[in-house]
Amino acid sequence: MTAEQSYEDAGDGLAHPFVKPFDVQKVRNDFPALHQTVHGKPLVYLDSAATSLKPSVVIDAVASVYGRDCANIHRGVHLLSARATERFEAVRTQVAEHIGASSRSEIVFTSGATSGLNLLASTLTQAHVRSGDRVLVSMMEHHSNIVPWQLACERVGAMVVPIPLDKAGALSLEAYANLLDTKPKIVAFTHVSNATGIVNPVQKIAAMARDAGALSVIDGTQAVPHLEVNVAEIGVDFYVFSSHKAYGPNGVGVVYGHKALLDALPPYQGGGDMIRNVSFSGTTFADPPTRFEAGTPNISGVIGMGVALAYLRNLGSDARVHEKSVLNYAKTRLRELPQVSLVGDSEHQVGSVSFVIEGVHPHDVGTLLDKAGVAVRVGHHCTQPLMEHFGVPATVRASFGVYSTCDDVDRLCDAVNATVAFFR
Amino acid sequence: MDLGELYQELILDHNKHPRNFKRVAECTHHARGDNPLCGDKLSLELVFDESGRVRDIGFQGVGCAISRASSSLMTEAVKGKTRAEVLALFDLFHRMATAPMDAEHVEMAGLGKLEAFSGVREFPMRVKCATLAWHTLHAAITEGDSLVTTE
Repeated sequence: MTAEQSYEDAGDGLAHPFVKPFDVQKVRNDFPALHQTVHGKPLVYLDSAATSLKPSVVIDAVASVYGRDCANIHRGVHLLSARATERFEAVRTQVAEHIGASSRSEIVFTSGATSGLNLLASTLTQAHVRSGDRVLVSMMEHHSNIVPWQLACERVGAMVVPIPLDKAGALSLEAYANLLDTKPKIVAFTHVSNATGIVNPVQKIAAMARDAGALSVIDGTQAVPHLEVNVAEIGVDFYVFSSHKAYGPNGVGVVYGHKALLDALPPYQGGGDMIRNVSFSGTTFADPPTRFEAGTPNISGVIGMGVALAYLRNLGSDARVHEKSVLNYAKTRLRELPQVSLVGDSEHQVGSVSFVIEGVHPHDVGTLLDKAGVAVRVGHHCTQPLMEHFGVPATVRASFGVYSTCDDVDRLCDAVNATVAFFR
Repeated sequence: MDLGELYQELILDHNKHPRNFKRVAECTHHARGDNPLCGDKLSLELVFDESGRVRDIGFQGVGCAISRASSSLMTEAVKGKTRAEVLALFDLFHRMATAPMDAEHVEMAGLGKLEAFSGVREFPMRVKCATLAWHTLHAAITEGDSLVTTE
């Protein structure tokens, strides 16, 4: 039974009345931020890879925490605290089911994917990496899956070695296999590139790491909104993602860690909640996941994330098929524009398309698109090594969500054409 | 705010045909400027003559139309000026580009062609594109060999 089936069979009363074909207009009605004008034009939001918009159910859930169950968790004996704790901890179980973890104790809540990757880089390096050891990190990583490893490795005198990419921007499995011969301790890589949308063959990369005796860490931030993720099927040791790119609130992330591996890790930050007993003669620590959750967490954020993941689950595979068709339409349309070149074009791609316009810097494109009501991301997308690989300083990235439409793509292409004409 | 006020003809021209886009042989001052958020990189070189005036100045690097045109127009504007005159122009330009959007009066006297950047302050996300070259120049002549960033 897949995680999806088990969730839908749970009888939670959340069954959604969507009918096939996917009713995108109905979905759009769930997202209040879509319904506004910018610079006098209806908003076209193509920046979901930076942060997705939030459905009303998520906004309402966050408000209900502050408006009703406003209490700290794990601490009080009063009713409000009990309600908040129950709602918070229910999300842990839900997330475990959502990503195919075997136990809720494998789910650690963090303040985001960046803090999750810092947690892993710090504790994994402390526990498993010694002077002279190597950690492999792919060249297509977001800076948040590069810099934490550099900082952690520097402390112990270890090396961060990049896994090269092929010309099209996909990870080179041949180069990776050769690097595994050097017996790295950890391999960290993204599930989906935030800059190009290219999907890595994560199952294969994780299996190769395991066979070489290395621990595997996946940044799943751009995968969870667009793909069915199952950590058991992938066979990965650690998997990190954030809430806010998957229709949930900002300031919340998840670290999945295989139970035996999490048990063996030292604490990350110290504080309340993460201890067993504190004494000046020596403090002992709680078991995972609590060991890694010092201080008051983002309670409303976690509860909002739970609602967001339930919302996504209820849309089901139809939403993924719809998103893929919008992405493919965007790629087809953009390829037809003579001045446009796609950056990192692949058949294994979800959520985003990156491109450059000949003779026009992405920042100027961004300003003109904004004036046309089209919100995109321009810049290096916190992936400077990847930009260097492609030989560009920056790109324009259009990224999609469950609410994106082919009309959005047409508006994008019209604005791109107008931009080309403006700078001619 | 119309796009034409941000991208004035003069700016579009200097973007397409940047002046002093070159290295300067035997430069006496140089600095690099980075905008880490957008990836713009600028390298600026200049040489003062014996009387203390900018004899030659050139820039290289990648950037958007605003940053490229700003670098280009800046190199034209400061040629022949003394260090003190360059610093005064820096202040004037900086005040114009960073004036609040609702400012009633913005001092333009003495800016000449650089007035073309008066529209930038209405695009808060683009102010740094216009000021990067000037901050880099400021660093080159006040700190010597250095790296400045917009952040």
